[in-house]
Parts: sequence; structure tokens; C-alpha cells
Amino acid sequence: MNKIKHLSVTRKIDYATYAGVILAFAAVTILQRLDMVSRSMEGMLIPICCYVVMAVSLNLTVGILGELSLGHAGFMSVGAFSGVIAAMSLRDMLPSEPLRLAVSMVVGALFAVVASFVVGIPVLRLRGDYLAIVTLAFGEIIKEIMNCLIVGFDSKGLHIALNISGTVTIDSLGLDETGYAIIKGAQGATGTDKIATFTAGFILVMITLVVVLNLVRSRAGRAILAIRDNRIAAESVGINITKYKMMAFVTSAALAGAAGTLYGLNYSNMAAAKFDFNTSILVLVFVVLGGLGRIWGSVIAAVVLYVLPEALREFADYRMLVYAIVLILVMLATNTPAVRSMVGKMIPRRSKGGA
Amino acid sequence: MAKRFSPETKMVPFPSNAIVPERDMDSRPILEARNLGIDFGGLTAVEDFNVVVGRTEICGLIGPNGAGKTTVFNLLTKVYQPTRGTILLDGRDTYGMNTSQVSSAGIARTFQNIRLFDNLTVEDNVKLGLHNEIKYGMLGGILRMPGYWKQEKIAHQRALELLSIFDMQDMADQKAGSLPYGAQRRLEIVRALGTNPSLLLLDEPAAGMNPSETAELMENIIKIRDMFQIAIMLIEHDMNLVMGICEGIAVLNFGRIIAKGTPAEVQSNPAVIEAYLGKKKEG
Ligand SMILES: Nc1ncnc2c1ncn2[C@@H]1O[C@H](COP(=O)(O)OP(=O)(O)OP(=O)(O)O)[C@@H](O)[C@H]1O
Ligand SMILES: [Mg+2]
Repeated sequence: MNKIKHLSVTRKIDYATYAGVILAFAAVTILQRLDMVSRSMEGMLIPICCYVVMAVSLNLTVGILGELSLGHAGFMSVGAFSGVIAAMSLRDMLPSEPLRLAVSMVVGALFAVVASFVVGIPVLRLRGDYLAIVTLAFGEIIKEIMNCLIVGFDSKGLHIALNISGTVTIDSLGLDETGYAIIKGAQGATGTDKIATFTAGFILVMITLVVVLNLVRSRAGRAILAIRDNRIAAESVGINITKYKMMAFVTSAALAGAAGTLYGLNYSNMAAAKFDFNTSILVLVFVVLGGLGRIWGSVIAAVVLYVLPEALREFADYRMLVYAIVLILVMLATNTPAVRSMVGKMIPRRSKGGA
Repeated sequence: MAKRFSPETKMVPFPSNAIVPERDMDSRPILEARNLGIDFGGLTAVEDFNVVVGRTEICGLIGPNGAGKTTVFNLLTKVYQPTRGTILLDGRDTYGMNTSQVSSAGIARTFQNIRLFDNLTVEDNVKLGLHNEIKYGMLGGILRMPGYWKQEKIAHQRALELLSIFDMQDMADQKAGSLPYGAQRRLEIVRALGTNPSLLLLDEPAAGMNPSETAELMENIIKIRDMFQIAIMLIEHDMNLVMGICEGIAVLNFGRIIAKGTPAEVQSNPAVIEAYLGKKKEG
């Protein structure tokens, strides 16, 4: 107990965030055992985890680094499709589903990292808000590419084609009799093994929180925050601006890629159109409403705002009205000093005299 | 404290017209600017700027508003790339370096319009000054490896040590942006010292301070020079401060040096009096 008193406020908030996520996971798991979770709610558990990871990782770029990104769904898309391809190709090699899921998420993250380097290297060297426009374009380009992607797998391995002419179909790949389609152009991924689990989602959320929170509280994270606060001063103390901008952006993309894989492996069918501009904006809304730079805010905003439209179905005509009101309430709750200090009081504070 | 004196870099002799303290004459100058100049569009903001700064010298750069003093600091730290001229830091040409490389090479600075990391704590501001002295990577930080704990502990102690120069260690947990003006100026100096500089540039360190704060600052500037054995170049409008602690002074007017010398020499120089008081009535 004495030890807790001496922790700094930020560290207490971090621990409270972990504790909140663990408690929520435990509560949902117990309710599931008791058969008290509705079918529709159950179907949302994994997507909720994905969107929490999306929101927290976007907060790293937008809130902590201070660069606007409008194409976060693009990284999710890259992660989703590369992860699905990995999972389907490894069907025979890795029969253990949790292991296959883990490997696929790593693959998804790596492909997203490659994409973020392609986007980030030319743009993050520039001064000014070029990232917003380039990530916006990136999201659209990825959507178009994934729309053309045709992938199949047979005894000879992976077959990949791009349907740019509009005449290429899955048959053009010439798969042998053991072959199966993984991605069918505009139809997207079909017949995917649904190997995503809520537990995996929980673990990914925890990993994301550890990565982002520990990064922010370390030397590199301080540098990233310093760039946001005052770029010229950051340069004047010898911080390599481009390096740390890239670090934040690439980490953010890697997490979005892993979330994409988890998302993709939760549905047997998934089209590229799912990861469009609207999705990027939706995640951005979670981040802004949860509070820029405030990680627990992103977690809560993502959960509440993802569940809400579904939960409001019974309100029928009033649905959007209630949704708007809740949006405003969330914004007030997370951004009002009074409420924030109330939340602060619930966490034990350092006593004045204590060193 | 022998710092950054690498034998490969060739010795730069002092130019014959250099004014540096006697004690620094035996070693290479820490800074030499040769014919430095910059144009903004058609406007020549600085022209033919030549100075030599000894290794442990406190020198002043003065001049009327808009003379180009801050611009000189921005040239030395590569916030602006010089249009003309050469900057030798400890005998090494800084051509092609950017601001962060110049910082690593040994020039630290403060800003006329304070530039702190307002939303970070005082301690974090100083730790950012120590950024390149702290040695652990991104993964070490995320995974909280032993290096993280060890290095952060050292950084914490070093930060408090540096803050104690100005008796500010009690403010370590406050947000930098919430500090009073004078404390913000002092924090900027502490942060700059964290980078382990061999030349410290102070842009109007006493601006906005009351006379007693200014007197304390004068003592502290001398204390810093003695403690760290570094050179300090300062821009200041407060003549008591400049004349009180500077060993050499350069006077800038319309981007050009119009006088150089000891405080006594500069004070009695007619060109300086004219620049400050305006042209005397004809006849
Ligand atoms: N980025 C810039 N673009 C154009 N002109 C500039 C720029 N920076 C400085 N100047 C001009 O250069 C001249 C010198 O400015 P500087 O800020 O160096 O003066 P100063 O001597 O520091 O004055 P003060 O005592 O008021 O701080 C001014 O005329 C200013 O307008
Ligand atoms: Mg100035």
C-alpha cells in the first residue's frame, strides 16, 4: 500500500487502465459462462478489441506525436489481408489455431510496418501537415489494390494475381485440385477460417497498452512528446525529429496491422470496402472524443461508441439522436476538468508531504 | 574537464584581431565564425560576422532591436542555414549539419521567446536535455529491460543535480508551462546544460526578470562557467549584466559588427554610442 502512494499520478492512471481492461475481460468471460451475454453482443466482442487497438494505436500518431493521420484503416486493411493469407496458407503447416493466429498477426503487423515505411519515409521528413493528405490517399489506394487482389493456395504454394484489367478471376490462377481460393477480388476474403478468439483480442489489447504506455514513458516517448510540444526546442537538444516521428508512426501502424488480422480472421467473408475512409474517421472520432494523448480515453470511447449503435437498435427512429447525445456526453465526460479530477480522486493520490 | 578535444581536428590558430581572455589563449578557440552572413529574400540580416570565442570565455552580443543578434544564434545552431561564411566549432566545420547535429557537436541554446516543452514536467524537460546522454533503445524502454531502470535512475539523479544549480529541484514534478516566467528562463538554461555543451548560447536570459533576479542570474552564469568550464555567449539588453560579466563584447548594428572589445572599450566607442543613442545633432 505504501508503495502505491509513492507512484506518480501518470503511473497510477496507467495501472488503472490495465486493471480496467483485465476486469472487463474477466467480467465478460464470467457472464459468458453464465450464458448471460446476448448473441449480438457476443459477436461484437472481437471487433471491439480490434477497434480498441485501432483507437489506442491511432492516438499514438495523432495524440502523442501530434500528426494527423486519415488513413489508419489502410494499415488495418493491409494487416487484415496479409494476415488472412498467412493464416490460410499455414493451414496444414500449423494445425494449432492459437499459434496460427499469433503467427498471422505478426505477419499482418510486419506488412503494415512495410506500408508505414513507404508512407512515412517521404512524408515525415517534411515540416507541415502533409501526413493527413498522404495517409488519406494511402487509405484509398490500399482499398483499390485490395479490391483487385486475387489469391489462391494449392500444393505448389501461394498464387497471387492483380485483377487490374477486370478480366482476371480466381480461375485464372490455375489452381490444382487441392487448391482453394483465399481472396477473390472485390468479393474479398472468402471461406476464411474463423480462428480469432476473444482471448486473443484481450491479449492484443493488453500488448497494445503495454507497448504504447511504456513507449510514452520512456526516452523515446519523451522525445516524441517533445516534438509535439515544440519542434524547434526538440531539435535544439539534439533530438532526431524524423527518427522519432517514424518510430511513433510505424509502431502505430504495426498495432493497426495486428488488429486488422484479428478482425479478418473473425469473419469467413470480408471485403476490402470495409476498411474505407469512414472507418478511418470512425477511429479518429474515438481518439478525439476519448481525448488526444489520453490512452484510457481511447479505450473507453472505442468500446462505448462501437457498442452503442447496436445497443440502440430498439430505439429505432431515435437511434441517431440518442447516439449524438451520447457522443456529446462522452466528450464532456472525458474532456471536462471536473470529471477528470473526479476520476483522479478515485485513484489514490500521492500525499503532499511524501517525497 | 577535457571535452571533445579530438587530436585529428586540425588546430585553428587565433586570428590576430581576436579578443579572448588570456587563459584561453593556449588552447584552440571553441567557436570561430568567419564572414558569416544570411539574406532573407532581398534583406541582408547578417553580414561579415566574425567572432572568436575562447573555451571558457563569457562574451556578449549586443545591439539595438532588429540588429540581427537572434539571427546570429539561429545561424550558429543551423535553425537557418548561412548564405555565406564558415562556422568552426572546436576547429570543426559545421557545414551541412542540422540543428540536432549541431547540438550533439556541442552548442546548446536558450530562446528569446521561451521554448519549453510546456505540457511536460520540469524533470522531463531536463531529461530531454539529457536525451543523447541516456543510452537505451526503444525496445529497452517498451520491455522495461534492466538498462531502462538503470539509465532512467541515472537521468533522474542527473536532472535533479542540474536543477539544483538554480535551486529548482522542488519544482521537478510541476508542468513546465505552469512555472513563473523567471523560472521558465532558468529551466531553459538547465535543459541546455543537460546536452553537455561546450558552448552555451543565451538569448536575453534576463528578459522579464526583476533586478534581484537579474543579479542572481549574473552570479549563476559565472557559476555555470566555472563549474562546467564552458564558453557562454549571451545576448542581453540589460547593460549592467553585460558589462558586469562579459569579458569580450561584440556590438551588432544593421547586421554588421560595429565594435568589438572589452566592456570598457565598447562603452567608450563613439560608433556604439551613436548606434544606441542615435546620431548626435549636427553642429
Ligand atoms: N525568418 C526571417 N525572415 C525574414 N526576416 C527575418 C527573419 N528572421 C529575422 N529576420 C529579420 O532580420 C532582422 C534581425 O532580426 P533579429 O531577430 O535577429 O534581431 P535581434 O537583434 O535579435 O532583435 P531583438 O533585440 O529585437 O531581439 C530583422 O529585421 C528581422 O525582421
Ligand atoms: Mg532577438
